[in-house]
Amino acid sequence: MPSRVKVINVSKNFDHVIALKNVSLEVKNGDVFFIIGSSGSGKSTLLRCINRLENVTSGDIWIEENLVTGPKANIRLIREETGMVFQSFNLFPHLTVIDNITLAPRIVKKTDPKEAEENARALLKRVGLSDKEKAYPEQLSGGQQQRVAIARALAMNPKVILFDEPTSALDPEMTKEVLDVMLDLARDGMTMIVVSHEMGFAKAAATKVVYMDEAEVIEMGTPDEIFNHPKKERTQRFLKNVLRA
Amino acid sequence: MAKINSKTKIHITDGVLIPGRDDSSLFSAWRIAFYGAILTLILLPVFSPRPYLDLLLFVPDGILKTFQVTVLSIFFALIIGLLVGLGRISRYAFVNRISTVYVEIIRGIPLLVQLFYIYYALAKFVRISDITSAVIAIAICYGAYISEIFRAGIQSIPKGQMEAALALGFTRGQAIFRIILPQTIKVVLPPIGNEFIALLKDSSLVSILAVSDLLRRGREFASTTFDYFETYTMIAIIYLILTLFFSRLVAIMEERMKTDAK
Repeated sequence: MPSRVKVINVSKNFDHVIALKNVSLEVKNGDVFFIIGSSGSGKSTLLRCINRLENVTSGDIWIEENLVTGPKANIRLIREETGMVFQSFNLFPHLTVIDNITLAPRIVKKTDPKEAEENARALLKRVGLSDKEKAYPEQLSGGQQQRVAIARALAMNPKVILFDEPTSALDPEMTKEVLDVMLDLARDGMTMIVVSHEMGFAKAAATKVVYMDEAEVIEMGTPDEIFNHPKKERTQRFLKNVLRA
Repeated sequence: MAKINSKTKIHITDGVLIPGRDDSSLFSAWRIAFYGAILTLILLPVFSPRPYLDLLLFVPDGILKTFQVTVLSIFFALIIGLLVGLGRISRYAFVNRISTVYVEIIRGIPLLVQLFYIYYALAKFVRISDITSAVIAIAICYGAYISEIFRAGIQSIPKGQMEAALALGFTRGQAIFRIILPQTIKVVLPPIGNEFIALLKDSSLVSILAVSDLLRRGREFASTTFDYFETYTMIAIIYLILTLFFSRLVAIMEERMKTDAK
């Protein structure tokens, strides 16, 4: 199977802080990559390097045949093909739900407005918010906003979606509705890289789990390998702490 | 030395206080001043038509000129302010530097001196008509102040908005015009309304040139009748009515904006 995203020996420094140290991973078509680790371990930075919201200090990142980290990289094209879902949703507050979803297809992809709207309605139905298309973000609950944000990312028909702690800002009951949408996407074969603390979701949907600590990948494997038979001591300690909590 | 609490900030506007409906004490102060001024404007000519009524009939085209200068100046000042404001947050060091230097220079020179400079000093090279000079000078001056409002407004929008737009494939320019600026409008409208009122008042400086604005018309009237006290009393009242009227208009617009957002 061809790889969707390939991260090769990537390092990233912020001034004197090392955020990523020789990180390598390969995400295949349809993979659900689940990245765990304590805060400050570099998980979010890795995601942000993949769509080049941050520049790497060294190393290469490929999305299919495009070199993301190259000096001549078509950053816009890379971002078009890479959806991103943020912890704080970042919906556009001045636009209705449907305009939030259709704006990028219309402006960036020059999709016909009618077509963009039909597509947006289908996506809203998929995330269970058909009745909210005329609402403004501030009229929605956090969970609803995040589902709209997922629909907005999907509207660009991305090759991979990056989830940056999508449920960390949500109450438990809202977390579930967002995770359900993500599960649905995973079953549908969407390639996803998820930074999250929702171990239940990882067990249900992840194809690969990566444990990061102090800017490095410590261990990588199937959910069964990582959760049930972690080899490294640091992984064991982390899981013990997380699962106990 | 006593440590000064750096979080304490005194915010004083250079326009007039803009009274909202929920700001009851300010609103009633506005009413007293506004209706008091209108009453005076009516009563003085009624009881003493000479010189008050004569003056009232003499100045209307001055009011018109004052409006003309104000509206044209604010229009160009907004364009300059937006461009320079965007320049101030530009990632290009050169654009950034130029914009900042512009703001620093302009804000450090009195408007009256700038007026003289464009009308008299530049006359050495180009002849610019009085009203054009006035509009250019005021627009350049207020553009610098308004650019700071735009810059602050743009920077008040959470960083996540730009990131979300970039992540969707927008260029920075598209993101600024489609995502950031529309959200900025609501933030910058009140201070810009304030600048408008301040500009209306400062437009009286153009009477120094040959522009026959409200103040100039008053001077012309007084120089023939020698009724300085009566003339400038009326001129002051007319300016007061105008600024109070616009301050209320700005307040109403703000309230509209607030309810529209819901």
